[in-house]
Amino acid sequence: MSLGFDIPADDLAKRHRKERVFEWICLSALWAGVVILGILVLGTTYQAWGWLDWQFLTSWDSRKPAEAGLLAPLWGSFWILTLTALFTIPVGLGAAVYLEEYSSDTWMRRIIQVNLSNLAGVPSIVYGILGMTVFVRAFGIFGSEGKKLVIELGITQWTIPLPFGRCVVSGALTLTLLVLPTVIVAAQEALRGIPASIRHASLALGATKWQTIRHQVIPAALPGILTGVILAMSRAMGEAAPLILIGALTYVAFAPGRIDSLDDVFKDPGAILNAPFDTFSALPIQVFSWISRPKAGFQHVSAAGIIVLLVVLITMNSVAIYARQRFRTKLKW
Amino acid sequence: MSVTPDSLTTSPASQSNSLVRRFSLTAFKEAIIKGLLFGCAFLSIFTTIAIIWVLLTNTLSFFEDVSLAEFLGDTRWTPQFEGEQKHFGIWPLITGTFLVAIIAASIGLPLGLLSAIYLSEYASPKMRNIAKPILEILAGIPTVVFGYFALVFVTPFVLRPILQTMLGFEVGIYNALSAGIVVGIMIVPTVCSLSEDALRVVPNGLREAAYALGSTKLDVSVRVVVPAALSGIIASFLLAFSRAVGETMAVTIAAGQQPVLNINPLQSVETMTAFIVNISLGDTPAGSIEYKSLYAVAFTLFALTLTMNIISQWVMRRYREEYQ
Repeated sequence: MSLGFDIPADDLAKRHRKERVFEWICLSALWAGVVILGILVLGTTYQAWGWLDWQFLTSWDSRKPAEAGLLAPLWGSFWILTLTALFTIPVGLGAAVYLEEYSSDTWMRRIIQVNLSNLAGVPSIVYGILGMTVFVRAFGIFGSEGKKLVIELGITQWTIPLPFGRCVVSGALTLTLLVLPTVIVAAQEALRGIPASIRHASLALGATKWQTIRHQVIPAALPGILTGVILAMSRAMGEAAPLILIGALTYVAFAPGRIDSLDDVFKDPGAILNAPFDTFSALPIQVFSWISRPKAGFQHVSAAGIIVLLVVLITMNSVAIYARQRFRTKLKW
Repeated sequence: MSVTPDSLTTSPASQSNSLVRRFSLTAFKEAIIKGLLFGCAFLSIFTTIAIIWVLLTNTLSFFEDVSLAEFLGDTRWTPQFEGEQKHFGIWPLITGTFLVAIIAASIGLPLGLLSAIYLSEYASPKMRNIAKPILEILAGIPTVVFGYFALVFVTPFVLRPILQTMLGFEVGIYNALSAGIVVGIMIVPTVCSLSEDALRVVPNGLREAAYALGSTKLDVSVRVVVPAALSGIIASFLLAFSRAVGETMAVTIAAGQQPVLNINPLQSVETMTAFIVNISLGDTPAGSIEYKSLYAVAFTLFALTLTMNIISQWVMRRYREEYQ
């Protein structure tokens, strides 16, 4: 029987060959990222070799490459991250709960939802400009000198500068606005994954709406929410651009509030309240500052800083990714 | 009785006669909580208003000193010069930004799409479980690190040996190409994960129909699945491009700060974001014209990225194929 046309004998083989080449190209595209990640980490480790030691982790910054250390940005990043988490978690979770549990499908909800995805696409440096104008300078309404709000707390004084100026709080508030859309969307997804039967059971037992959310829905969604929060915090940790606009790039050789040991806390507990209004440095900012210094040794110092930054970030991300993977497979409603 | 303890302890009013009385403490508390939660959600709207207001008012005040014609018509950007030498033509910054972004896109978009095709069409579940977390780690690497990578590895160990030593082109220490390459790597995870989502929702029926007609996997991927998922893929491209345009630290470190009209990727350029960083690093007094130019540039950047994001969402909604 004839098909009416000839099939060249090698046609199928050719197509299969093309097919294998294409698969190979796709696979190499996928692994290109991994290879580059590997080169980046290995190359930076090579540059940092011999520079990343205990002295580096426990000294303040210095003009001399051999004496420069990471202590100030470590403390700065610690404070920034703590405050950002403190601001982000309640607001982000609150917004997600409102959008998922309370609001019906009105124009308001749709506007908020569209707005969230637009905010997520705003370049981080624009948030930096917002933070600089609103938090650091407060539009200049407090005059060029600024004011100080002193709150007496009996045992200690709490001094709040107005405007906040180039301090930890300004940085943390800016980063909060930056990561909020991510946190809200992640929390929304987590809440959406909780089956309605759990809510119905709780409501049927006489719990109010808020009691249902507070005691049933949020605890059930907690793993997903926490994963989103950790990923957002690791993003906040690595962001340099907004903090540069906040004015964090200065020579800092102290921890915020001058607290660098537990003793300092016992000596002056009030310092904890005032530390958020102190100037600071942060890991990515310090790395940027070292990269831009011309002296030869700083190339190695910045590599050492990058390794520390990467170790912290990859740890945070791995925990989040692992937790998500685990709960996704373990929890079946 | 196993009622939630809170409903017994916190709301005596509702417990006694909630059916009779309209006002109850519980209902009041619930209303307050709802109000607070709404406040949290509304903060995002407020943030947008704040961004637009801050950028717009300061940009308008910039245009009191510099005409819009100069901003859009001049080809020189020299805010740091004195008197007559001062020019505020945005084009050098825009070409710098787009030069880097286009290099980044020509590397990041194909790599991201091909990875997505592999993950969605070829990879075994085991491979996916290994590759996806690695891509996520890649997405989590701070941009400062990529800037360092471009400056310390890409330019001296890749670009200079190949382009300068072998081919004879002059490669600057700071150049748009190295910045574009690392930004391209940076956007791969974005493109890959969004495109993969789009590819995976294409129903298997389409693939099986194509196989039944004698297609190879290559035909199925390229001629059936990719066209079916095109709206999602284009949306991911636009989003990634807008990220490349807004990218800051890597380009500030690697692309340099030469605001000249230049499309030679081996020379230094200045992007809009790099200009903003460089101005804020100097001691520019608040209220000066250089300081205000920062807002005008940021507004341009914001408008560009927002437009791209909105188009991306629109493409996604408008051209999405609905499958049952």
